[in-house]
Amino acid sequence: MSRLHDMGGRHGDGPVRPDSDAPQFEHPWQARALALTLAAGGLGQWNLDVSRHARERLSPKDYARFSYFEKWIAALANLLVERGVLTRKELSEGRADGPSALAGKTLRADQVAAVLAKGAPSDRPATTAPQFQPGDRVRSRRISGNRLFDGGHTRLPGYAAGAVGQVVRVHGAHVFPDASAHGLGDAPEPLYAVAFPASALWTHPEHPADEVITDLWQSYLEPA
Amino acid sequence: MHSPLDAAAIGRHDPFMPHDHHDHDDPHALLPPEPALRVKALETILTQKGLIDPLALDAIIDTYETKIGPRNGARVVVRAWQDDAFRRALLEDATPVVADMGFFGRQGEHMVAVENTPQVHNMVVCTLCSCYPWPLLGLPPGWYKSDAYRARAVREPRAVLAEFGVHLPADQAVRVWDSTAEIRYLVIPQRPAGTQGLDTAALMDLVTRDSMIGTGLARTP
Repeated sequence: MSRLHDMGGRHGDGPVRPDSDAPQFEHPWQARALALTLAAGGLGQWNLDVSRHARERLSPKDYARFSYFEKWIAALANLLVERGVLTRKELSEGRADGPSALAGKTLRADQVAAVLAKGAPSDRPATTAPQFQPGDRVRSRRISGNRLFDGGHTRLPGYAAGAVGQVVRVHGAHVFPDASAHGLGDAPEPLYAVAFPASALWTHPEHPADEVITDLWQSYLEPA
Repeated sequence: MHSPLDAAAIGRHDPFMPHDHHDHDDPHALLPPEPALRVKALETILTQKGLIDPLALDAIIDTYETKIGPRNGARVVVRAWQDDAFRRALLEDATPVVADMGFFGRQGEHMVAVENTPQVHNMVVCTLCSCYPWPLLGLPPGWYKSDAYRARAVREPRAVLAEFGVHLPADQAVRVWDSTAEIRYLVIPQRPAGTQGLDTAALMDLVTRDSMIGTGLARTP
């Protein structure tokens, strides 16, 4: 049920190496990969949740061997073919067979500032009443998989599944990624920041007072 | 508690995810193996199809290399240090407050500011991917996106902080915020002692990027 991207709590990765003086992009292709992904997203053939899921469902072998922006490029190439924007033949030959019917949607240089400034808010008018308030004790679902699609996108990390915590913030209703990543529309649900004591998550918590807070949708939670 | 969607979705298939691909069938495997060539090939094909304006890519890169970065966040932090009414409004609902300062847009649509105190130290991670408040801090540094940080920040934040040279007292609790949704978190570091006489520019120099992620503290002058 799990995928490699869900790595919170994993052992064995070694030290974090702070690089406060590193350039924003070590290689020009990384900047290009970022920009290409953002611009291709503007064609409107998928949303943010779909593109995150495309990175997550790279084969474990690819996910592990690719660097960060290599994952982006691989996922972008997969999405472009899956959505019929490009063909496998075009990818393998390295050239276009002809112009695209989507060319009217192309992001132009003079539109970039406005598009980046606009963003893509995920809050929506509430269609479900919030079931919880700050201070409420809640239990997260015990298995962290997508309930709609086997192997589908979800944002309940494995380490936070089946734990009891406390609601500390109510964020309003937001697009539900488990649905949105799979063509089921926004399906907004109330979203909460839930604080879990470190002792509820880890066998050997570092400190009795420490907490981890995750943002969780209402259907990930039940009263505790 | 099941989602109301569950019942309707039983047996449903996402047409775009009929089965997981095997790595050798993946469309991306048709591109050349070397990263720079892969990106170049994709950009070339998309440009030939009229789907990419290379000048738009230049504009995106320029935005995040030269226009948007951690100085934005530092401006917010210093104002919170200087102006208590601003600080309270920021902690109450950060999104409109930072938008008024001109900081809004992609990956900063929903902002929450969390304040460090002698009792609580806040620290931000995205264990599932690399969510980060772009309009306030720019693009995330390499270590923020690394497996080691994503895996360990939630389980052993104090050990990770030590690797950044930060050692917290035993009576200060750590709150690690795992950005699993579209809410983006900005840490307001504690104002260092002995900074009463400093002006805004001098204070901003004390506010490092890492101090606003929570893997560092504000510098002392």
